[in-house]
Amino acid sequence: MKLFDVTRMSLQALQRYPLRTAMLLLAIAIGVAAVVLLTAVGEGARRYVTGQFSALGTQLLIVLPGRADTTGGIQGLLIGETARELTLDDALAIARSPRIRQVTPIVPGAGTVSSGARERDVTILGTSAPMLAIQHWTMGSGRFLPPGDLETAEPVCVLGYTIARELFAGRSPLGEWVRIGDARCRVLGTLAEQGLAGGFNVDETVIMPVASAQQIFNTSAVFRILVEAEKLDSVQAARRDIIEIVKARHAGEEDITVVTQDALVATFDTIFNMITAGLAAIAAISLVVAGVLIMNVMLVAVSQRTGEIGLLKAIGARNRQIVALFLTEAACLSLLGAMVGVGVGAAGVALMRAVYPVLDFAAPVWASGSAVGVAIASGLVFGILPARRAATLDPVNALMRR
Amino acid sequence: MMELSQICREYAVGGETVHALDHVDLTIRAGEYVSIMGPSGSGKSTLLNVLGLLDRPTSGTYRLKGEDVSHLDDDALAAHRQQHIGFIFQFFHLIPRLTALENVELPLVLTGAAPRARRERAAAILESVGLKTRIDHRPDQLSGGERQRVAIGRAMVMQPSFLLADEPTGNLDTKSGGEIMQLVEQLHHNGIALLIVTHDPLIGGRAHRHLTLRDGKIVGDVADAKP
Repeated sequence: MKLFDVTRMSLQALQRYPLRTAMLLLAIAIGVAAVVLLTAVGEGARRYVTGQFSALGTQLLIVLPGRADTTGGIQGLLIGETARELTLDDALAIARSPRIRQVTPIVPGAGTVSSGARERDVTILGTSAPMLAIQHWTMGSGRFLPPGDLETAEPVCVLGYTIARELFAGRSPLGEWVRIGDARCRVLGTLAEQGLAGGFNVDETVIMPVASAQQIFNTSAVFRILVEAEKLDSVQAARRDIIEIVKARHAGEEDITVVTQDALVATFDTIFNMITAGLAAIAAISLVVAGVLIMNVMLVAVSQRTGEIGLLKAIGARNRQIVALFLTEAACLSLLGAMVGVGVGAAGVALMRAVYPVLDFAAPVWASGSAVGVAIASGLVFGILPARRAATLDPVNALMRR
Repeated sequence: MMELSQICREYAVGGETVHALDHVDLTIRAGEYVSIMGPSGSGKSTLLNVLGLLDRPTSGTYRLKGEDVSHLDDDALAAHRQQHIGFIFQFFHLIPRLTALENVELPLVLTGAAPRARRERAAAILESVGLKTRIDHRPDQLSGGERQRVAIGRAMVMQPSFLLADEPTGNLDTKSGGEIMQLVEQLHHNGIALLIVTHDPLIGGRAHRHLTLRDGKIVGDVADAKP
């Protein structure tokens, strides 16, 4: 018997009892749609959380001098004992790795800034143009530090929001000259209000080219190098690159520590994936329930169609052909129901996205795929018993039933 | 040729053994026209079912076309039914959701025949049983006589050597019953062996050989003189 004929006959049998078929389709569709919707919620939450973290710069790596055995971040940041200093050349070397999008060194220090009679103690941050993007700062007015040679000490600066307001009191500081320590700098721009970021008040900071800051503080060292990896999943590769590059430059000695944020994000990612999988599993239980429904209905169908089964046997149907007919019927039900369920689920996801645009709801492909798979598998597994019962009917007794 | 020797068929009914067939010896030759008659419970339907390989004898030997089929498994029996035996039933046993054409081509579907070939064959058969204009009708759109014609078409589509009919006119009025008998007798003229189980002496009397059963035994086996 050809597969096409088996399928056609199964579909004809399903059409014969439209209400029953519709109810079974509904049961399966609800199960599949539940999987799709619940995993979409889980995935939406995961995307929201990881999205928030990436907004904070999850692709960020922080390079600091000295080797700390713990990779837990803060300890290395605090100890920072220097076997060998990081330099601007180290930063330039790191920037050449293809896995790295941008690099900026930072040289912070304390100093005073004055404009006319107004003077203020500030944090001075020597850095370079990529800092704006790496830190996701926004400009209030003017422009940020110009891209260019790291080693050129241009006499320019960018003022934090509070500093700009206090030094210039409502006047535009753009193009004005301020005195920072002993140096005079022209104001290129001001930052918009940023608030606290990691305990560091950007609003009370004056930002200037790294070479200028090194001159002011009379140092050739770089305090930290901030590195942004090319992609979220290349952070670890970027980390290895950085260590290798700096090791080669530091006479083969691994004397830096690279701190990443992605370990934290990866943990969240894992947690949310587990939650999503758990939701999918719970929803999949309804598919098993639908499978039991299929079994019951198919058992009824077998007893209703006893005469038909007897006839098929009389005209030469083999037992396995009868099994195939009933199994295909169960599989068709499952498949149709699953397709309806995926459609309903997708519509539900679209609706949720429309209602809560903040959350990026999306059913993962694996969830929809495995929901369809589980639906069909459950139809087949629970279809086996009725199909075998049909196949083992005695033809004489079966034919006595009309 | 169908050859039964010492065939018994026993049922256990409520702790009691019923001998539906009791040491039956019988030979049906190719192209015969045989009626099987007898009171209810005489075993005539059981005999037809055993001959048609729907039922297995409890003991004895059955040779179909020279092959011992007494102990074959389900699938082998199904294969023999498919190849050699056509059935007609009192209640037609058409599949209600299928058209006349689809019912007739069903045996061919089971063999995996190509759609176009089997459709042409089924359509030709339906035409030969006088249902050319009813090809796309479903059983509930057909009269009783027409339904039995479809069933005959289905029995003939595999070109069997034996046509087994269990009360083929039992559910029809006299007129359509007579038409059905004419049709199956036409098939007999074309060479098929025809076995009819019936209560009706008028139907049974048309055969050329008359078997009478009582209590599972053949008590009468009368052949007409050759015409």
